[in-house]
Amino acid sequence: MKRFPIQKRTLAILVVLLPLLALFVYVALRSGPLAPVPVTVARVENRSIAPALFGIGTVEARFTYKIGPTFAGRIERLEVQVGDLVKAGQILGAMDPVDVDQRIRAQDAALKRAEAQLSEARARQTYAQTQARRYKELLSARATSEEILAGKNNDLQIAEASLSAAQQEALRISAERAALIAQHHNLSLIAPVDSLVALRNADPGTTLVAGQAVVELIDPQSLWINVRFDQIHARGLSANLAAQIVLRSQAKAVQGQILRVETMADAVTEEMLAKVVFDQLPEPLPAIGELAEVTVALPALAAAPVIPNAAIQRNAGQLGVWQVIDGDLQFTAVTLGDADLEGQVQVREGLEVGDQVVVYSAKALTSRSRIDLVDQVHEVPR
Amino acid sequence: MISLAGRDIMNAWGKFVFTGLGLGLLIGVTLSMAGIYRGMVDDGKALLDNSGADLWVVQKDTLGPYAEASSVYDDTWRGIHAMPGVARVANVTYLTMQVRQGDRDVRSMVTGVMAGEPGTPGWPPYLVAGRQITRGHYEAVADIATGFNLGDRLQIRRNHYTVVGLTRRMVSSGGDPIVFIPLKDAQETQFLKDNDAILQQRRRTTANPNFNRPQIPGLLEAVIALQSSNAYVNAVLVQVATGHDAEEVAQSIRRWKRLTVYTRSQMEEILIGKLIATSAKQIAMFLVILSIVSAAIVAFIIYTLTLGKIREIAVLKLIGTRNRTIAGLIMQQSIALGIIGFVVGKITATLLMAPIFPKYVLLEPLDSVIGFVAVVVICILASIFAIRAALKVDPAEAIGS
Repeated sequence: MKRFPIQKRTLAILVVLLPLLALFVYVALRSGPLAPVPVTVARVENRSIAPALFGIGTVEARFTYKIGPTFAGRIERLEVQVGDLVKAGQILGAMDPVDVDQRIRAQDAALKRAEAQLSEARARQTYAQTQARRYKELLSARATSEEILAGKNNDLQIAEASLSAAQQEALRISAERAALIAQHHNLSLIAPVDSLVALRNADPGTTLVAGQAVVELIDPQSLWINVRFDQIHARGLSANLAAQIVLRSQAKAVQGQILRVETMADAVTEEMLAKVVFDQLPEPLPAIGELAEVTVALPALAAAPVIPNAAIQRNAGQLGVWQVIDGDLQFTAVTLGDADLEGQVQVREGLEVGDQVVVYSAKALTSRSRIDLVDQVHEVPR
Repeated sequence: MISLAGRDIMNAWGKFVFTGLGLGLLIGVTLSMAGIYRGMVDDGKALLDNSGADLWVVQKDTLGPYAEASSVYDDTWRGIHAMPGVARVANVTYLTMQVRQGDRDVRSMVTGVMAGEPGTPGWPPYLVAGRQITRGHYEAVADIATGFNLGDRLQIRRNHYTVVGLTRRMVSSGGDPIVFIPLKDAQETQFLKDNDAILQQRRRTTANPNFNRPQIPGLLEAVIALQSSNAYVNAVLVQVATGHDAEEVAQSIRRWKRLTVYTRSQMEEILIGKLIATSAKQIAMFLVILSIVSAAIVAFIIYTLTLGKIREIAVLKLIGTRNRTIAGLIMQQSIALGIIGFVVGKITATLLMAPIFPKYVLLEPLDSVIGFVAVVVICILASIFAIRAALKVDPAEAIGS
């Protein structure tokens, strides 16, 4: 009876110490660097994937018309505002003519004067002609001297020369007048085609240099997207492929297609350029310069062994996957084929359909790692 | 042979176990502190491991890209790729910033990775969920420590990114989780100011008569376009081809490209020896102080435990027990206490303390072994004082007053 309390105490101690010891062993083996690495595995599937290309670009107008004066000058009037639709030939505004009108009037007066001079010269010539004829007849009747006839013939030649000079002078002045009128016409800012006013850079009264644009017109029907694809992900890019366009201002995707792939790639940014047109222009029109995400779907490929790209790792300089064979890890080098945007990659060499590969792991694996197959890795606490 | 120590412990086992538990908590804190120190160093190494690089090519005469700012032109990699012994190269950018998601923001290191396939230097080497980046823009792979989930929309500067993959233990040397995004976006992120700043910059440029010259239409636009582009990256990561010595390749890049190149060991030296040196020393100092305090407390506990039994020891002496038996009694008790303390400490450090620390706590098995040996040695040393006190006891005390 005396030993009983000690027995009870021993039992109590065991109750406390044994779980503690068990917990300790668990902690030592299941946590820290000695613990097995939780991994998830997947089987290599034989399926078809549809690769796609992804690029971003900005909305641009194919045709932009910069309308401005050809001479330095000041804007007199500008009748259009941004957003106005204009017709071909419509006068958008005009530059200040300064003295062109006055110079035209001066040319008008000069022309009149030239015309008066012309009629004077003509009158002189007619008179000189008559005189020459009369004296010729008189000479044939021996009523005058040859010297006087020669003088009259000389007068006629001079009168004819004066007439010709007066005619040319009139021509010159009318040509100069026409030039001034053409210049006056040139001061008008005229729309070359039916278009939309996209930009109004200056207001009446502003002085501009030659060639500076007053308004910019775009053809709203010619909006396209200048898309940039990274060269490394641009395999298969070609004209006429269907494209899905998401404008930054609109969450909804609209359809379009690749109009052309530019011959010149961007050497600095290592990107390919392509122009994508809308199948149907969105309403309201997207703003020029708006950012757009473009996804180009390529034709689906024939079924082939496919793995998730999360499984691909580089080990000792080789690209491959960790294969699970009979519960052991083995690194298998693979040759990869095409990939789609959802993270599926074709395997050309190295794996067979049905092989088990590690997809996710809680830490980097080595061939000595012990693994613990789980359903989800990211739920596991660190 | 009856175990005197065992008998004595049985006599007041509750008190003994609770003392052990208390001691365990103290040892747990010490182990955690060691774990924090190891975690700090491991964070630095994880950053280097995860970049997958053998060499880091950075701006000349800088300690970049982690310890100092560094920028090199983003087409430098082409020249480096052509150097003998270079297997793979990749541009990379690093920027520590707040990444917004909904209402909250998370401090993280945004890493720009070059377009390519998984396995490219700089890419996350493994994932725990989702997939790797496939689009050239606006996708992100985040460390789970950020708390982001698959499908979350992140805001970095003015752009939105979709989280397509999650990874783990991808941290900066400061322990901030990494968010991987495509390089071109990251370059923009590093450079892109907020819209107000951009407008102000445009206005400032417009106001500068040197750039805003009416005689040259288009000059102002060209200058503004030039101001808002970024053709720099922070470093070029290089993987050395098999059969080439990293230091040799580094030397030839240094010589011919006139850039600074670090090998793995030099980078470790920079990260651990320079970047986290002070904070690591701080923690190491804490660890030393805590160990000394723990040792002192263990010694005091054993000493007081022994003094509490001084009367019983006197009785033992009186009945002619040998000194060796008494010494064994005290030492065995002391070691038992130390073992219980260590076990409890290890359990609490691993299960309770490590998970609640915001930064990574790495409890290395070797550290635990060293800790165990240290605990036992300290207990033995502490018991020596107690034994000296016990042996000096006058047997007469057993019957005296």
